[in-house]
Amino acid sequence: MSDLIVAVLGKYNYWLCIVLMMIGLYAMIAKKNLIKKLVGMNIFQTSIILFYVSIGCKKGATIPILEHRADHSVLVDAAHYINPLPHVLMLTAIVVSVSTFGVALALAIKIYRKHKTLEEDEILMQLRSE
Amino acid sequence: MMEHYPAFIVIVPFLFAFVVSGVAWIKKELCFPLTLVGLGLSAWFSVCLLRQVATTGVLKYRMGGWETPWGIGYHVDYLNGLVVTVVTVLAFINLIATRKNVTEETPEKEGAFYSLYLLFIVGLTGILLTGDLFNLYVLLEVASLTSYALIGMGSGRAPMSALNYLFVGTVGGCFYLLGVGYLYIMTGSLNMADVATLLPKLYNSNAIVMAFIFCMVGASIKMAFFPLHMWLPNAYGFAPTAAGSLIAPLMTKVMVYVLIRLILTVFSVDFAFVVMKMGDPMVWMSSLAIVAGAVFALSQKNLKRMFCYIIVSEIGYMMGGAWLGNNAGMTGAILHILNDAIMTLCLFLCAGSIYYRTHGLELDRLKGLFLKMPVTMACFVASALSIIGVPPTCGFFSKWYLISGGLQAGQYGFVAALLFSSLVNVVLFFRVIEISYYGDFETHHGHGSSPAVVMESPASMLVPLLIVSIGLVVVGLYTGSIVNHLIAPILMQHGF
Amino acid sequence: METILSIKPLIAVLVSICVVPLLVLSKKANVREGWTFAAAIVKLLLVLSMLPVILKGNQIVYTLAEVVPGVAIRFRVDALGMLFACVAASLWIITSAYSIGYMRGLDEHSQTRYYVFFALALSATIGVAFSANLLTLYLFYEMLSLATYPLVTHHQDKEARTSGRKYLTYILGTSIGLVLPAMMVCYHLTGTLEFASQGFLAGACNRGLAAVLLVFFIFGFAKAGIMPFHGWLPAAMVAPTPVSALLHAVAVVKVGVFSIVRIITGVFGTELLSEFNLGVVICTIASVTIIVASLIALSQDNLKRMLAFSTIGQLSYIILGVGLLSPKGITGGMLHIAMHAFGKITLFFCAGAIFVATGKRNISEMVGIGRRMPWTMGAFFVGSLSIIGLPPTGGFLSKWYLVLGTLEANQMTFLFVLLSSSLLNAAYFMPVVYRAFFPPPEKAMFENKIQEAPLFCVGPPVITAFISVALFFYPEPFFRLASMAVRFIGGN
Repeated sequence: MSDLIVAVLGKYNYWLCIVLMMIGLYAMIAKKNLIKKLVGMNIFQTSIILFYVSIGCKKGATIPILEHRADHSVLVDAAHYINPLPHVLMLTAIVVSVSTFGVALALAIKIYRKHKTLEEDEILMQLRSE
Repeated sequence: MMEHYPAFIVIVPFLFAFVVSGVAWIKKELCFPLTLVGLGLSAWFSVCLLRQVATTGVLKYRMGGWETPWGIGYHVDYLNGLVVTVVTVLAFINLIATRKNVTEETPEKEGAFYSLYLLFIVGLTGILLTGDLFNLYVLLEVASLTSYALIGMGSGRAPMSALNYLFVGTVGGCFYLLGVGYLYIMTGSLNMADVATLLPKLYNSNAIVMAFIFCMVGASIKMAFFPLHMWLPNAYGFAPTAAGSLIAPLMTKVMVYVLIRLILTVFSVDFAFVVMKMGDPMVWMSSLAIVAGAVFALSQKNLKRMFCYIIVSEIGYMMGGAWLGNNAGMTGAILHILNDAIMTLCLFLCAGSIYYRTHGLELDRLKGLFLKMPVTMACFVASALSIIGVPPTCGFFSKWYLISGGLQAGQYGFVAALLFSSLVNVVLFFRVIEISYYGDFETHHGHGSSPAVVMESPASMLVPLLIVSIGLVVVGLYTGSIVNHLIAPILMQHGF
Repeated sequence: METILSIKPLIAVLVSICVVPLLVLSKKANVREGWTFAAAIVKLLLVLSMLPVILKGNQIVYTLAEVVPGVAIRFRVDALGMLFACVAASLWIITSAYSIGYMRGLDEHSQTRYYVFFALALSATIGVAFSANLLTLYLFYEMLSLATYPLVTHHQDKEARTSGRKYLTYILGTSIGLVLPAMMVCYHLTGTLEFASQGFLAGACNRGLAAVLLVFFIFGFAKAGIMPFHGWLPAAMVAPTPVSALLHAVAVVKVGVFSIVRIITGVFGTELLSEFNLGVVICTIASVTIIVASLIALSQDNLKRMLAFSTIGQLSYIILGVGLLSPKGITGGMLHIAMHAFGKITLFFCAGAIFVATGKRNISEMVGIGRRMPWTMGAFFVGSLSIIGLPPTGGFLSKWYLVLGTLEANQMTFLFVLLSSSLLNAAYFMPVVYRAFFPPPEKAMFENKIQEAPLFCVGPPVITAFISVALFFYPEPFFRLASMAVRFIGGN
């Protein structure tokens, strides 16, 4: 039992990531409104970003900005800082996510201009009747 | 200059893309020539790079001079040298061939179209040349985003199909990213070669297994491996002609490359076949993909959609070949990347040429096309023969290796699926050939000279089409040299 | 026996491919026909120029490219291949002359396409004749299937469409579905596909696998018309008669039979087959076809369909001969390739001449036609003698050797099959000839004055009938080539 509690509470970041991923996937699949699907996709991508960032954390470490001490020297000790690499990678991934969102919004605008609606079932009905 | 080829191949089109989108505001007529120059340079550098790899061996290029595994390294061996040459050269040929299609279908957006075209190639060449796992994800998303936009530029169902493709593709990319994340957690490195040295001690960990599965699923979604193929027929079928014939031959094959690269270099053959024991189930899945693609293609009434399902079938060939686990199978898979790219380009260029003249690709609108567009249909016959697998076209020889590998591995189901697919392809293509051959003589026995007017496409379409069709036979005849000089060394390096 | 390296086989194949652009670009019909003749003559001269080398017992080899490890696209001219190439090349010239008469006589459409694909078909035929291994043979076999499709469906009407579909289904379906896997299994077992004098499968497989592969190959080469995959042949009779004549009496069907002979002698080898007792299997399959085809031919009214079924039967004679696995039997079978070609092409030419002159297709409408077209029916008579196997025609020689072969191999059943089918052949040919020349007066359908088809339609059958008779008295070089081939197979 304690193993289970440890497994759940000790790895809460992974669990959170999975929950977000499932919410995102659910929104992408089950929702009919295109914007809601888009938001779901964004949540999905955010969960992965969260995953990466969370794995860089260390107990008792601080953010990876070099600390200046009183005597103007810099504390350069890798153990003192959390891993900056996942943050850097995720900056790129956030940019990718934003661009994807932008492209998707542009496509949604184009679809809206043509079909005057953003509900998927109405759009499909219009397309089928063409 | 010479040492920087890997960087140039990716960066030159990148710079040109921005120039083109800027120039589009000022002088529209300059867009096409600039794209031509940018892509041409990239193609030329790819060929030079391949020659360099052939003479000096594997090339390791450090971006910005930073040593790996801290910096991003580009790693060029025969495998990606070959595929990057194929990608850039075919994109170049497609550019010339579909010029008239672009002016016809998306007239005001030429600047945007061409700069997206260049960015797509940037993405693909980056995926092919990079030696860094995360860099691959970034460039994968670059290629995917530009392909969503290129497809979405079309009319009719194109935006909806592009949006659907966007959703599915993003999920695929994210799965790959998740896999890379797991690898990073366990090994602390993102460089492919570095990870490969660190992984063998970690084979027992669940995280590595999950990493492999996530990467595989992500790649499979992007390459439209049955049953994750649902996005492909709509996306490629409704895309504007030029976008379709650019993306269809290239995107899925590059993803097959990614998979082969992951199996060969990163995870190592031992892991994939011995530890994961995925060989047999994957070959069965591939056989299913081949059969499903063939059967779906039979029920299509539109030429382009028929081609799309044939692509699904061909992906099954390549995946099956890769997962057979022997030299002949992997040779067949890599050879088929090359051959299928050429065959698919030929098919889509034929469709583009037909669409330019008839504005309809429904099968019953193709009546009598042999008389009206003899050159296009002759090239269509050539690519049909290649897909069916008739020697001496290239399609026969990759089938040869795949069947050989299947027999050696005892995977008779795969061999049967390949033969079934060939027979179905005969039916598919001869159905089209029949419709276009029997035009007006349906009910009476014609005498005298034929009255049809020849209404062929312009030379800018026909010449590239002819080059690609002749290339089918030439590549077929040169199969021996290609395999011996380019593919066998890669496989030997990796213990096949 | 020396092996000489020469590019001649490749050029012989390429001659008719290279003439295609010239045919397409010719502005006038006479120029186009001139190019066809030129190509045919060059091809025949090239083939004949290699003949002395072969007759001395040597071989000519040329390798184009090694495409898969251990297998290259390679040409090898040996006695058997030379025999077939001589037949095909010489008959192309005659058929081209006949085509001119026929196509112009009926004012057919798309004549350029016709001559172009004819040239390509001949290219493929010579390619098959000169193939050194199974892959090259398969390559040219498929090329032939594709090149003949536009010829079979020339009329482009509904009938042509269904016949074309049947043609492709039978021929491409069997070659991709049966020959390709069998070929791949052979490669898998031995790593090579080169035809060897005692077969390259020697020692590589057991009886069961050899039997399965043999059956796959025999039925896979559906161009040989072995039942039940013979359906395409009668259906292909919708083609113009020169197509039926050359392709379905000589080129296409002989390619099928030639491929099977190559399989039996070069892939399996006579020793392997007699060791596994598979010769009887081959002969039985062939005999069934012979008897059934002859019986069906009896019931046909359409002249070309009757000739088609006669062809199906005669082709299996060749396979029966080779299946006997005895030297005389194999000689007889190979000789029959040549004799049947000349005889059958005469018959088809006559059928076409009758159609051009009178528009008649059915035998029942040809009563008394001998009075009106004596030269044509005379040639028909000689041709049918050759097919039945009576002296003084060449067909007698090949039948004689086939009979001797059955005696040599001690296979009395097959002797019975040969003799009874000869009787059946006589039963369906002789009445046609008799009724044409000696009709009962009240049933005669034509007036007595002589009104032949144009010269280009009558000349060729007379020439080939004459050659059939000449071959009886002087069967060279075919006889010598056949004997040399048999000696080579026997492990020279």
